[in-house]
This record gives sequence, structure tokens and C-alpha cells, in this order.
Amino acid sequence: MSLSDTQLASEGLPLTSKQGKILIIACGALAREIIDLKQANGWTHMDLTCLPANYHLFPDKITDAVRQSVAKHRHDYDDIFIAYADCGTGGLLQAACAELGVQMIAGPHCYSFFEGNDRFAETSADEITTFYLTDFLVRQFDAFVIKPMGLDRHPELRDMYFGNYEKLVYQAQTDDPALTQKAQTCAERLGLAFERRYTGYGDLKTALKQL
Amino acid sequence: MSEEGDIILSELDDEELVQQMFDDLYDGLKEEIEEGVNILLERNWAPYDVLTKALVGGMTIVGADFRDGILFVPEVLLAANAMKGGMFILKPLLAETGAPRVGKMVIGTVKGDIHDIGKNLVGMMMEGAGFEVVDLGINNSVDAYLEALEKEDADILGMSALLTTTMPYMKVVIDTMIEQGIRENYIVLVGGAPLNEEFGKAIGADAYCRDAAVAVETAKEWVARKHNSANA
Repeated sequence: MSLSDTQLASEGLPLTSKQGKILIIACGALAREIIDLKQANGWTHMDLTCLPANYHLFPDKITDAVRQSVAKHRHDYDDIFIAYADCGTGGLLQAACAELGVQMIAGPHCYSFFEGNDRFAETSADEITTFYLTDFLVRQFDAFVIKPMGLDRHPELRDMYFGNYEKLVYQAQTDDPALTQKAQTCAERLGLAFERRYTGYGDLKTALKQL
Repeated sequence: MSEEGDIILSELDDEELVQQMFDDLYDGLKEEIEEGVNILLERNWAPYDVLTKALVGGMTIVGADFRDGILFVPEVLLAANAMKGGMFILKPLLAETGAPRVGKMVIGTVKGDIHDIGKNLVGMMMEGAGFEVVDLGINNSVDAYLEALEKEDADILGMSALLTTTMPYMKVVIDTMIEQGIRENYIVLVGGAPLNEEFGKAIGADAYCRDAAVAVETAKEWVARKHNSANA
């Protein structure tokens, strides 16, 4: 399947055909990872549709969009799973999922579940000056960081945004030297130290495996 | 040398100059704002009037357009930076001239959180509205908040968080205030991107403020209410 990051960011991924019994409604930023997991594990009982990844920038849109997607598809599937963590919804997504009777990924955000929620909870208190990027966010750095923050037009704002940060951690889901190089460049652009941390799919895999 | 068509601020009358400062603030032009502030002061404007009529008036427009989705965070930051330039000139003068004080606020980002853009905007707008603001910065423990509230004899505690993981710490602070029997001594306002009205209520804050302009209006309302009940 040919996937465009730009399309995943702005439009998401439509459901092409119903084949499985379980529908995964995911953030577009997780599309590649979930498709990879499905293929690697032969999870043909799952179908995938994604909401636009750029809701990452407007978390208040996520809960309603998930509600609408569940309402649209729930009669076609035995079960629906929401591949989002809290993702800045302040508990509203969790409350909506409970009300709708669907499960979601545990944890505050993808940086946490990629690293493993338990490990992230243990270490995050010591890493409050760390800015995280995933594979998707490295690929879409300009669209998700530089442009929405206006740094393309006003580079002088950089230190207002990032002045309190010290380090950029690239949480690598895959081994891709080109992506690592790009992540290092992202750190340089933000004036931050760089660390690559291989996480694989972390708790995303664990959560989907149980379905 | 200015190019043809450039506006010479010193040649504008007061009304035109204030209007131009609104535009310059909107466009984030710090040097022009600083120049405008100096011109108004040279024309014997009281520092408090320069602050409220020129700077706060302009930032109110910026705040309204941000709320309505016309302006976005980068533009608001540039405007705030321009206002900061003007405030830097006015602050010592305001202290000298005994500008009216509406109340005193201790504000800070909660423990585990280093994000301060929203907090800084609130602090600046509160100062513009006549509040004295004690900014504790980022990553504040419950002890830091409570010590500052007592030491500063503050009216308001403002807490900010940008992360889902750090916002629950606001409840730790409020619960500690309750345990110590001091909760009712202060107005507690909370804000930050992942927060909402329900969260504010659930943790026992007096109000959740969705942006800096709302924070100012809410603070004024609660201070007036507190004064009224004290006088009743």
C-alpha cells in the first residue's frame, strides 16, 4: 500500500474495504506502524482507518472525531479499538471511549507508549527538558513543528518555544540511518542536544496483540 | 532615513498614534511599540494611561483575534514580545507613579513542566490590567507555591501546565492548601492547553481560564467578589 505522510497528516486514512472483525481507528501518525504490525503478525482480523494526524496540533478535535468515526463504523464490526492515548485531550477521550464501550491505548501520548508506559513513567520525571520526536514526526518535522510554530517565518521565536528544553530524543520505531540523520538535523535546528533511542513499537504492539 | 510612505510616529496626533500602536502591536513590531511608548511619555501621558490605553488596548484586539481563530500562537508571541518591549520602559515608571493595583497574583508552571509561553502571556496581561504579578517560573513544587503565596500576601494563585502528565499536580497543590486550611484565602485559577472546564472543577480550582484575556477578566471578577464579600 502506498502511503503519503502528507495525506496521513491532513486527511488520515480512509477505510478501503471491510475484511476484518475488529476496526482500529487510529491517529494518522500511527498508520505505517500499525500496517507494519498487521503485516508482520498476520493480523488479518483487523481493519484500519486513520483520522488526520494533524489533530495532534488541535487535540480538542480528537474526541469528537473519534466519536463520529465510532458511530459511522460500529455496526459493521464486532469490536472497535481506538489507537490513541490521551494525546492532549485532558481525559475527555478516555471518558468518551468509556461511554462508547470501546478500548483505547493506555498512557498520556505516543512518546510514552512507544517507549513503554511503565518505563516512560519511571524516567520522564528526569527528562522534563526533553523534546521527543517519533519516526512520523521526524518525517513530518516541518509540517508538525516548524510551520505551526511559525519558525519558518519567524525563526527568532525559537528560543521562546524551546529555550527551556535541553535535549531532543528521537524515539526510533525503525532502524533507518537517513531518518536518524534527519532527526539529528531537527535537533540542530532547535538548538538542542541529540539522542537516538530505539523503541520499536513498544506498547502499541502489546495493545494490538491483545485484540 | 525613512522611505516615502513610511509613517513617522512622532508626526501623528495622540489618537492616530494609539491607533497606529494597535496596528504595530498586532504586527509584532517591538521597536515601533517602544518608540510609540516613548513619544506618549514625552507628551506627558501618565505611564498607566500608556499601558492601558495603548498597550493593553492593542493586546485585547490580539487576544480576541486569537480566540476567534484569526491569529495563531506565533503572531500572539510576536505581539507579546512587542508589548514586553513597551512594558520594560513603563514598569519602573508605573512603580514611581503609584499606578492603581487591582490585586496580587503568584503564577507558575507546575512541577515537571517547563512550558511557560501561556503563563508568560497571562502574567503580562495581568500586569497590564493592574495586577502585581510574582512569576515563579517553571517546574514549581507545592512548597514553592505555598511559600510564595504567604510571603507575597497574594490574592490569586495561577497554575499552568501544558502536559496531560503534569496537570494533575495542580490538584496536589490545591489539596495541600485544603489540608493546611488556607484554600479559602486565595483565588485559584488554572490554565493550559490540555485543561478544560471539567478538569478545573474536578480539582477544586475556582476557575479554568482558556486564554490570557479570560484569565484577566476572571481574576477581576473574583477579586471584586472577594472584596464585596469581605465588605458585606
